[in-house]
Amino acid sequence: MERRTFLTTAAIGAATAAAGVSIPALAQGKKAVIGVSIPSATHGFMGGLNWHAQETIKRLKATYPNLDFVLATAGAVGKQVNDIEDMVATRNIDALVVLPFESEPLTSPVKAVKDAGKWVTVVDRGLSQPGIEDLYVAGDNTAFGRVSGEYFKANLKPGAKIVVLRGIPTTLDNERVDAFQAAIAGSGIEILDMQHGNWNRDKAFQVMQDYLSKHKQIDAVWAADDDMAIGVMEAIAQAGRQKEMWIVGGAGMKEIIKRVMDKDPQIPVDVSYTPAQISTALEVTALRFVSDTPVYGRFIIGSTLITPENAAQFYFPDSPF
Amino acid sequence: MSDTTRAGAGREATAPSLAARLPGLSALGPLLALILLVALGAYLNENFLSAGNITNVLARSAFIGMIAVGMTFVITSGGLDLSVGSMAAFIAGVMILGMNALLPTMGVGVPLILAGMGLALGLGLLAGLGNGLLVTKARIEPFIVTLGTMGIFRSLVTWLADGGTISLDFGVRQFYRPVYYSGLFGIAWPILVFAIVAVAGQIAMRHTRFGRYCEAIGSNDKVALYSAVNVERIRLMTYVLLGLLVGLATIMYVPRLGSASGSTGMLWELEAIAAVIIGGTALKGGYGRVWGTVIGVLILSPIDNILILADLVSPYLNGTIQGVIIVLAVVLQRGKSSSA
Repeated sequence: MERRTFLTTAAIGAATAAAGVSIPALAQGKKAVIGVSIPSATHGFMGGLNWHAQETIKRLKATYPNLDFVLATAGAVGKQVNDIEDMVATRNIDALVVLPFESEPLTSPVKAVKDAGKWVTVVDRGLSQPGIEDLYVAGDNTAFGRVSGEYFKANLKPGAKIVVLRGIPTTLDNERVDAFQAAIAGSGIEILDMQHGNWNRDKAFQVMQDYLSKHKQIDAVWAADDDMAIGVMEAIAQAGRQKEMWIVGGAGMKEIIKRVMDKDPQIPVDVSYTPAQISTALEVTALRFVSDTPVYGRFIIGSTLITPENAAQFYFPDSPF
Repeated sequence: MSDTTRAGAGREATAPSLAARLPGLSALGPLLALILLVALGAYLNENFLSAGNITNVLARSAFIGMIAVGMTFVITSGGLDLSVGSMAAFIAGVMILGMNALLPTMGVGVPLILAGMGLALGLGLLAGLGNGLLVTKARIEPFIVTLGTMGIFRSLVTWLADGGTISLDFGVRQFYRPVYYSGLFGIAWPILVFAIVAVAGQIAMRHTRFGRYCEAIGSNDKVALYSAVNVERIRLMTYVLLGLLVGLATIMYVPRLGSASGSTGMLWELEAIAAVIIGGTALKGGYGRVWGTVIGVLILSPIDNILILADLVSPYLNGTIQGVIIVLAVVLQRGKSSSA
């Protein structure tokens, strides 16, 4: 169908040989189709992730004419399973890049794709059965909690009181909170309260209002997410208690990074957990079809402390997040 | 069995003046639940009844409250609107984009805020009109129409925000902020506006032809039609009224966080419907009680607050407690109803 250069054919042939997997569709001069299934943009982080996915697909399509992409976004688990089935049935995909909405229910549909001989890349939330995916790309939730906790430990005196806002009840939220608690263990910092703010501004605003009514002394807030940090800041401003406490969010929203850059005393630092991890997953998956680079394995993107000194590296003013 | 209950509801509704004259034991159920809840809150934490906490809880429930008052009319006339939460998010998004766009020509000031408010009310009116026309002219079930528009508004706001968050210009926000955070005689504006909407709603339901027609249509639209009631027009008006109130709620909501995203107004429709039903309005229409809706809102809003102030249970179980209280409020009301 599409014209391809001999060189690319050779490269794919080499990659196929190196991988030890045959891709018959490609040998007949057809484009490799990569299916991408991600949750829809209902939250700031997922909005950023969707933006990065679209930008990367645009760039990869322009760079590699023999690659084609099918992008589907799902607002619920059931829809995501349907999307994946449709990609296999109607688009004859050669690879699947999937960020599972939830681990358990997505495990067997993704395994079916793998059993059909397709390449599988899993992003961020792992599947509940090990060994299905060829490539795993994720942020480091444990480091996300640990780095935040270490900052609290280093910057608060023993006896300091903090409150915590948790995300949506999920295993990744548990990993973060456990790592945070482990990091501040033995520091004498007291956690007054931990409630779910669901990674949502409005909910975080309400929870923080309630914390402020309940506790006379709060020295710092672990908002654990930048969207929540914005709601928290507003509640603190309403109560006129800005001078009493600082806030650490997380993820790397551009507005928050800007505040860190500008040395806002209320937001001294941020902790990275980038939505651009989908780009890493797409780029590396693409390499498997356009080169003989070995790309099997796990690619864990570190979580680092974003300070006024290094904030510029994490600032993407064009992204919606 | 369902026939007899429907007939019962109909009979009750065709005599609204009687129901209005007798406050009735059935009406006391939700009020009793509210008193119990407030007593529980005060017992569990001394700060629960502090002025600051009460203001917080009431101000943040005002959005749902205004929408729920409008929803009372829609449900009373036999309709339903599932799109209000998405509609609020969409209106908030367009309102913010509109104000940001007008900023260079108008500058920060009262005219800009008024333009934004006008835009919100206009959009609410149009959105309500759209829902209403699809229900009345195209004769599609309200559940289906508003399920459709719910998805449309939600995805439109996500699209406008490019998947992220739409934020109001910082300068405008600082100027607009007092509309949520400040007030008159120490009472926050959202609470005052909600109170005015509630009183006006109660008067409209009990003392105007519009309110009586809503009940008549919800009770039996054929009979209402033969009694020379313009059924389509009244139905259309309930959706337009609700749209306007969603616009009004958005006007109070935007100055709070100055932003709108795909997750704004999530599940507001269900909270509003729950408040209406807790308040004693019949889900299948024919009988509406605006002040009951206000009590329903006041029952729903402090539950979260009490759970956080009290540390009673694992945060994972907050939803369970909320569910139990909602069901309990309705059981109290029904129990009294049958004994009366």
